[in-house]
Amino acid sequence: MVLFANSPVKSFVVARVASGLVSIFFISFLVFVGTSMLPGDAANALLGQNATPETVLALRTELGLDQPLPVRYFHWLGNALHGDFGTSLSNSQPVINLLVPRLINSLILAFSAAAIVLPLAVGIGLLAAINRGKAIDTVTGSISAIFLSMPSFLIGYLLVFIFAVKLGLFPPLSMVRSSASLPTWISALTLPVLTLVLVAQAHVMKLTRAAVLGVMSSDYILMAETKGIPRNRIILKHALPNALSPIVSICMITMAYLIVDVVVIEAVFNYPGMGKLMVDAVAYRDIPMVLACGVLFSTIFISLNLAADLLAMLVNPRQRLPRKGN
Amino acid sequence: MSGNRILSIDNLRVETRTGVLLDDVSIHVDRGEVLGIIGESGAGKSTLALSSIMLFKAGCRPTAGSITLGGQSLMGLGTAELETIRRTKASYVAQSAAASFNPFYRLEDQVTEIPAMAQKLTATQRRRMAIELFEELQLPDPENFGRRYPHQVSGGQLQRAMIAMALINQPDLIIFDEPTTALDVTTQIEVLRLIKKVASTHNCGALYISHDLAVVSQMADRIVVMRNGKMVEQGPTRQLVDNPQTDYARRLVAHQGDGSYATANGSDKTLLDVRNVDVGYGGVAAVKDASIKLGSGSVLALVGESGSGKTTLARSIAGLQPARQGEIRMRDNLLTPLVERRSFDQRRLVQYIHQLPDLALNPRQTIRDVIGRPLSYFHRLRGASAEQRLRELMEAIELPAAYLDRYPASLSGGQKQRVCIARSLAAKPDILICDEITSALDPLVEESIIKLLTRLIKDEGLSILFITHNLGLALRFSHTTAVMQAGRIVEHGDTRAVFEQPQSDYTRSLIQAVPQLREGWLDGFSANAA
Repeated sequence: MVLFANSPVKSFVVARVASGLVSIFFISFLVFVGTSMLPGDAANALLGQNATPETVLALRTELGLDQPLPVRYFHWLGNALHGDFGTSLSNSQPVINLLVPRLINSLILAFSAAAIVLPLAVGIGLLAAINRGKAIDTVTGSISAIFLSMPSFLIGYLLVFIFAVKLGLFPPLSMVRSSASLPTWISALTLPVLTLVLVAQAHVMKLTRAAVLGVMSSDYILMAETKGIPRNRIILKHALPNALSPIVSICMITMAYLIVDVVVIEAVFNYPGMGKLMVDAVAYRDIPMVLACGVLFSTIFISLNLAADLLAMLVNPRQRLPRKGN
Repeated sequence: MSGNRILSIDNLRVETRTGVLLDDVSIHVDRGEVLGIIGESGAGKSTLALSSIMLFKAGCRPTAGSITLGGQSLMGLGTAELETIRRTKASYVAQSAAASFNPFYRLEDQVTEIPAMAQKLTATQRRRMAIELFEELQLPDPENFGRRYPHQVSGGQLQRAMIAMALINQPDLIIFDEPTTALDVTTQIEVLRLIKKVASTHNCGALYISHDLAVVSQMADRIVVMRNGKMVEQGPTRQLVDNPQTDYARRLVAHQGDGSYATANGSDKTLLDVRNVDVGYGGVAAVKDASIKLGSGSVLALVGESGSGKTTLARSIAGLQPARQGEIRMRDNLLTPLVERRSFDQRRLVQYIHQLPDLALNPRQTIRDVIGRPLSYFHRLRGASAEQRLRELMEAIELPAAYLDRYPASLSGGQKQRVCIARSLAAKPDILICDEITSALDPLVEESIIKLLTRLIKDEGLSILFITHNLGLALRFSHTTAVMQAGRIVEHGDTRAVFEQPQSDYTRSLIQAVPQLREGWLDGFSANAA
């Protein structure tokens, strides 16, 4: 941070990290309260048909469920701050051991999708902006509108129907072990990644197009035109950099969206990621697991938002540099 | 045709799908000559200027006539050829330098963009060129000036940097499109002097567009008067100023004023007494120890350059920005600093009119809604009595009653400002605060608004605090004048006294900087005087 020692960036980062931490604490509390309000409790769910009033009471005491909510929360928080997210109620293993491999799987899925969708969608958006009103603009706009208006699970099932069931090119389910070979991985990932790409591209593409065209009406674009600068150079060198802030923001928010939306996609494809883990945990009333997943998701979401704002600031000289001097 | 002819536009017609922007316009510019183009907004000045490099706004196209730049006919040329011509033969200097520089790049990268694209010079040579131009345009620290970003330098410096950018490709023609309109008068003088100097030393031709006849008369050898896309009159500058042939040109010349003062018709009774007021935002003091007095039935002009604290002081009087210290008295009643704590009547008696009616009018409300609101709020008028009052107010602002059912979008800028005035009048105030209310309007529209206000002072017994950066306007319209500089009142007195025997050096420099039609006014400035 030496580079920005005297710039507004440093104080911005400090303030935002602090407020991000506060948000995460707040969210952890909300998730905690939320899980405690779920109908039935873990003791009941765990015991299933063996539940008698006596066994339930005994298990509740053992799990600490008989203590008041704030006490339980701070107990959990204290452990969590030391990296101990408790033991899974359904699996009897430390939550963290179950979570980490699943998180890695989810990140692989989300980042593969992001690596394709972000450059692709920004590129298509630029192309649409350059050819505003022409065929390519209309076609890309219509296609993205179609995918924008379809729920992601429907796109997933449609892809499965076409590419797995009818054409038999890819497996319909994406259950892979981490030890699987690379071709297996690629084959398993193709359809879920494609689903995410189709769902996410519309936002990024439309916003890129709108941001660039918005900048195109600026006075400095007219100035560039009077200087005789060719249109492609105007868009790439004069308009795009100034449209970067909103584009970077939407890319980061899309990343966060991808990581959260994998919950649905993982369920569709039975992919062993964190989303599926969380859905199962809710079904089994595995409270420590739900809490850990909730906190992790919110941390990822908040970090990506922070990164979005920070990047948007770094690409803007007006925010990066103080008014006077250099 | 002489070999010195740089630009010649003949019988040009430019149309949109719905109308004609330029109709049968012919102008020409020779080397070393400055052609002034004057007219109100919408007259087609900028369209004409940009047509000299075949640049037209979306949906506009030339349908007749010819454009010849540097001996080459531009009509029918392809995009790439036109771009080459724009890079090599002509340059454009826009009104708002702050908006016309790309905020993303350092100034020198923008100034040297064209030579960089040509790839004939090394980076060092290009930088040298830029530094020499920065030096010529008297920019501070020319060696390092170009390393800055646009937001890091002042408006006047940016305007000069834009002139440097225009000169770097050694153009035959430079188009100056209202290049000093956004600047304060004292800054304007420096920029005008520099433009005049470079226009002669670089031996190019220039188009100089402005709505300000006095400025154009100082800059141009010949003047073309435009109105509604047509040429109204053209001729050598002196001839046009001293002996205008058409009625429109005569009105433009007359608008400059004959230097006569408004006659005081107010009593000596003080209506508003502001004493030692401090106003600030956060840690910044915007107004320091300011005292002004507004007499009953009179106009107090509050003048000064942008950022001097005029609006902040006015907002503290209206209670919008509470004063930290000092007293504001109206008819000996102390006004509480914050408007929310003021009585119903105190709020009614002070009304505020803003510079931009577009921002002050809700586009989704009819004029009836806009003016009707204060009638029902302050006076509980409903039904027939409200309708009666609405019609009176429309009559007072000289608009037809049928306009009551219109939306702001269907009104002109001047008409919208009249609606804002009617809304304020509806409250039956004692004091109108007019914050630069005519500065977005054309000169002749401004004149009609001033006439309206003058009548309202007489008819309604209003007093007006008139904020303006236009000293000529303050001279013609106000009875007393206060001059602000850096948050302080540096001069306060009868308008005639302030203008004829200014006490402070700052007031003197402001008055001297107001452009005049007089021949040689600009040349009479020594470099230090500005």
